[in-house]
Amino acid sequence: MSGQSQRLNVVPTVTVLGVIKARLIGATRGHALLKKKSDALTVQFRQILKKIVSTKEEMGEFMKTSSFALTEVKYVAGDNIKHTVLENVHTATLRVRSRTENVAGVKLPKFEYFHEGETKNDLTGLARGGQQVQKCREAYVKAIEVLVELASLQTSFLTLDDAIKTTNRRVNALENVVKPRLENTISYIKGELDELEREDFFRLKKIQGYKKRELERQLASAHQFAEDQVAEKMSLQKGISINAAHNLLTEANKKDEDIIF
Amino acid sequence: MANKAQIPTSNSALIAMIADEDTITGFLLAGVGNVDLRRKTNYLIVDSKTTVKAIEDAFKEFTTKEDIAIVLISQYVANMIRFLVDSYNKPIPAILEIPSKDHPYDPTHDSVLSRVKYLFSSESVASGRR
Repeated sequence: MSGQSQRLNVVPTVTVLGVIKARLIGATRGHALLKKKSDALTVQFRQILKKIVSTKEEMGEFMKTSSFALTEVKYVAGDNIKHTVLENVHTATLRVRSRTENVAGVKLPKFEYFHEGETKNDLTGLARGGQQVQKCREAYVKAIEVLVELASLQTSFLTLDDAIKTTNRRVNALENVVKPRLENTISYIKGELDELEREDFFRLKKIQGYKKRELERQLASAHQFAEDQVAEKMSLQKGISINAAHNLLTEANKKDEDIIF
Repeated sequence: MANKAQIPTSNSALIAMIADEDTITGFLLAGVGNVDLRRKTNYLIVDSKTTVKAIEDAFKEFTTKEDIAIVLISQYVANMIRFLVDSYNKPIPAILEIPSKDHPYDPTHDSVLSRVKYLFSSESVASGRR
């Protein structure tokens, strides 16, 4: 898994080494940036977690008050009021608008509610319990407010959860797969280049030795030639054979330790 | 970025509801209710005669409709179709479990809140260890 098998399949040259090094630098920078992004998202995530818990509790409170307000309405205006309300539904006057908020490149949805047009139920409870109906409506609008806030928190929570998972996966992939692979490739190329250099050096040494030997051989043959010529001259002068002249020369060249003068 | 969930930005979206009659009445009073051209409502009143199938269908319809941003669902109704609610994981529309009048609210059943609590406790434990 690790080691030699985990490297890119490239030709080991200086150019490729440069390219791979640039890629390693890029990967390192990307890793640092993604780590920062992950941290920023986690900070946001924790804030949202805390808010969700408190808003959920708040929601329970609001729902209780609004339910109680509805009970009051029923008591004052009679149980039949719900049929009036159910009949009077046409188009929604309380709607939700969604916009996006950008946190470290992650788009988080934010909901906000708004009123559109006239409230149709204005005349509900005109006969009796009008005040209670208005109170009840206000209570439910407040509940909606909290619920809408909770909805945007919850949506952000899910989105952020997903985004953090993706970012962490990328961070880990860069750290544990891409970077080691690039590093392995670099060390492989460096080793390969070193080997080439050593081979080159050895070859140069070899050629140098060959040249030296050749020079020596030439020198020796030149020497031999000169000696031969001297011997020939001597043999002609003294009238002896070439071999004897050679012997004479070698005798003369020999350093006899016993001879002092 | 292929699996990234798209977040549509809309200028006006609806709040859908699946709850008991009283809760629906209250929210309708606030002006949430909507009836479209085909006489389809954005809410479902759940009483003792409503079948689980009808609730499932309504839930599926509300979660796939494009003009709905939030789905409010009473917790006891959510418990009836728990598997659907738990398997739902899209950001929009957001599913909110609300307490209903005659059923006490149990935070441990809430799919999102249980996840929040789980993460919250594990994170606070982790931060406390540091």
